[in-house]
Amino acid sequence: MDMSQQTMTAARPATGPASVTAKVVARDVNVHYGEKHALKDVNIDIPDKGVTAFIGPSGCGKSTFLRCINRMNDTIPVCRVTGKITIDNQDIYDPALDVVQLRARVGMVFQKPNPFPKSIYENVAYGPRLHGIARSKADLDQIVEMSLKRASIWDEVKNRLQESGTALSGGQQQRLCIARAIAVSPDVILMDEPCSALDPIATAKIEELIDELAKNFCIIIVTHSMQQAARVSQRTAFFHLGLLLEEGETNQMFTNPKHEKTQAYITGRFG
Amino acid sequence: MTDIAGTDGPAFRLDMTSDAAKRRIRKRYAAEARFKAYGLAALAVTTLFVAALVFDIIRNGIPAFTQHSLMMDVAVPADFVPADKRSNPVAIRSADYFPVTRDALKAAIPGIQSRQGERTLVRLLSSGAADELRDRLVADPGLIGKTVRVPLLLSDDADLYFKGSGTPIIKRNGVGTATPSGTTGEITILTSSNDFAAEVVAIKQAAKAKADTLAIEAARLATFGGQSLAPRIAEINAEIAELRARVDSPKVEEVLDGKLPSKLVEINGGLVKLTRLTDISVAGEVLLPLTSAAEAKPGNWRVVTYATPESNRKVSDLEIGYLERLREKGFVENRFNTRFFTAGDSREPELAGIRGALIGSLLTLAVTLVLCVPIGVLAAVYLEEFAAKNRLTDIIEVNINNLAAVPSIVFGLLGLAVFLNFFNFPRSAPLVGGLVLALLVLPTIIIAARAALKAVPPSIKEAALGVGASHQQAVFHHVLPLAMPGIMTGTIIGMAHALGETAPLLMIGMVAFIVDVPGALTDAATVLPVQIYLWSDLPEQAFKLKTAGAIMVLLGFLFLMNGAAIYLRKKFERRW
Repeated sequence: MDMSQQTMTAARPATGPASVTAKVVARDVNVHYGEKHALKDVNIDIPDKGVTAFIGPSGCGKSTFLRCINRMNDTIPVCRVTGKITIDNQDIYDPALDVVQLRARVGMVFQKPNPFPKSIYENVAYGPRLHGIARSKADLDQIVEMSLKRASIWDEVKNRLQESGTALSGGQQQRLCIARAIAVSPDVILMDEPCSALDPIATAKIEELIDELAKNFCIIIVTHSMQQAARVSQRTAFFHLGLLLEEGETNQMFTNPKHEKTQAYITGRFG
Repeated sequence: MTDIAGTDGPAFRLDMTSDAAKRRIRKRYAAEARFKAYGLAALAVTTLFVAALVFDIIRNGIPAFTQHSLMMDVAVPADFVPADKRSNPVAIRSADYFPVTRDALKAAIPGIQSRQGERTLVRLLSSGAADELRDRLVADPGLIGKTVRVPLLLSDDADLYFKGSGTPIIKRNGVGTATPSGTTGEITILTSSNDFAAEVVAIKQAAKAKADTLAIEAARLATFGGQSLAPRIAEINAEIAELRARVDSPKVEEVLDGKLPSKLVEINGGLVKLTRLTDISVAGEVLLPLTSAAEAKPGNWRVVTYATPESNRKVSDLEIGYLERLREKGFVENRFNTRFFTAGDSREPELAGIRGALIGSLLTLAVTLVLCVPIGVLAAVYLEEFAAKNRLTDIIEVNINNLAAVPSIVFGLLGLAVFLNFFNFPRSAPLVGGLVLALLVLPTIIIAARAALKAVPPSIKEAALGVGASHQQAVFHHVLPLAMPGIMTGTIIGMAHALGETAPLLMIGMVAFIVDVPGALTDAATVLPVQIYLWSDLPEQAFKLKTAGAIMVLLGFLFLMNGAAIYLRKKFERRW
């Protein structure tokens, strides 16, 4: 198994035991899209500070589950979610909870870079301004600068903050979107295949950035690239046909998968 | 492993060389060429129609933007307005300007004695001829008692004559020496050569042609037989005999009537209209008096032909005589017709303008715009972004689409029933017109706005939701601003549609003849397309030009609005 050898050596050690600091906990989560049963009885504990990767073939439900964590599925009329998801022991499907505040705590980076067609500054400043995080213009400037720095794009854009965000290259746009997500200092950052529209160089930069951000944030990333999962994540969850088949430390998962389907998928025999 | 072109099955291979394959390619090429030809033909036909339409409108409309007037020195008598009332503009305005302009005109063409001649001369001027003089005097009462050089507006027929709707004029020099018998009234002119032989021959030929036509008619009647037609046939035959006798005898005096081209003689500074003529002598009526009854040498007098018979034109020989004389003396000026843009409607074509209709259109569109944009945009935002997708919203959506296709006159009937009869709003008012047009345009704007909202990529909304914006914030901060260019484009096109709409406004009384320029939303008014419709219905030839001119103005506004829509679309076009 050449590939798993490679991926094993590239994988980083986990920052700590998962069960101790579980940030996001899902219990018996089921999702229906109308008649379609998209996600079946998912149970998972996701630790704080670190990267958890969701992998699996197309249509397996990994993106669906990701979008359950910030209730983005609410915008789809036919979608129905049952079960329980908590973040920091707070039930996010509690009817009393304001979904907008939840989304401020759970940032999201999408598959295709989607900066607002506004200036770079405005892109980052939108969230903080919306939530009243900055008290003054100076505060806002500081938040924008800090976010852009943490998204390692500051040096590239510091002289053209008033230019349109859509004028940047694809990789830069995606880092701008990450900056926009971290500007509201969320607890969790969800990334839905953030590199699938990018070239290898831009991908490498984003992966570096994810490594860096993992020190401070709980990051959950959906990816189609096994190598990427192996490179950036400490824990991996494998989804198949709406079921969470296997979940564990990335190292262990890529070297010694428990489930034969996992074995088959990560070695490239199907999917 | 399986192979499509396996050993056992038939070989399914790509065939590119056989005759069948070549036929297939030829057929495809032919089909493509045919399609291209159809497309080009359709385009050519469209272009042709549009070009013909535009050309015709411009050809007819351009003359409406100029107007002929007589630049004259008008002597304003010192007692025109009493000295103590000169500070009062009303007194100056209400003075009688007719004698002043009449005297100026009579000074330009002296020697006219007959009442009829004088009346014809005065009628060459428009009833509003003195308007400019009056404005000058009001602005500067010091001009009273002086001679003022002002343009006097010509009547519509005189204006049209100078715009080329009169008659071709042919002149030739006399060959013999001509001797008139007098200077005014009925005179005869003798010539030493047979100068009028050609005219006499022409008249005889016309008589012969008429006899031949009558002969055919008589023969046709004769085939029916019967006693009842016999007297009529006899009558015709008598007429034929008379005509033929005239044609055959060369020395008989011929009479010119209004159905033949007019013949005139220019001699000794005067103009004589011929009524009876032989080869060497003519009798006629003096239109412009001669300076003397002295004989005129060959080359010093002329035979003039107005090729269009008098009965076929709007201006008489006398009027042409006056107008040509005024032109020779350099009084006639063709100037830009500012009145067309500054005056309201009028029954006199030369006084009519589009200002009233233009202001009416602007007021009406203002009402439409103020109602349509907020209602239309909010309805679209709600339906597109917030409304639950259920049967009710489906029905609403279908009905909005259907409303866009309802004939516009139906909206007019609705306006009549609801706004006029039920709410008792004033008739013919831009307020009601705007309300009716708003109903008409609303579906268009809602559809355009929904399309524009739908065209904003969902990723933008997701991005906003992702950083913690509520649905409403996402829509109003991001989706709506991005859809705005599209909404604006739809709105402008809707407004252009409203600007060109006639039928519903007829129903609510905006088709009335309204002279005043409207000043408020409840004043009686009309709009540009209705004004065009009104003018196109009037019998005066000059209104035909006005109609084309008004169409040009309307089209100009429509082009402007559509241009603005295209500009907005291009300027704010975004690449996501």
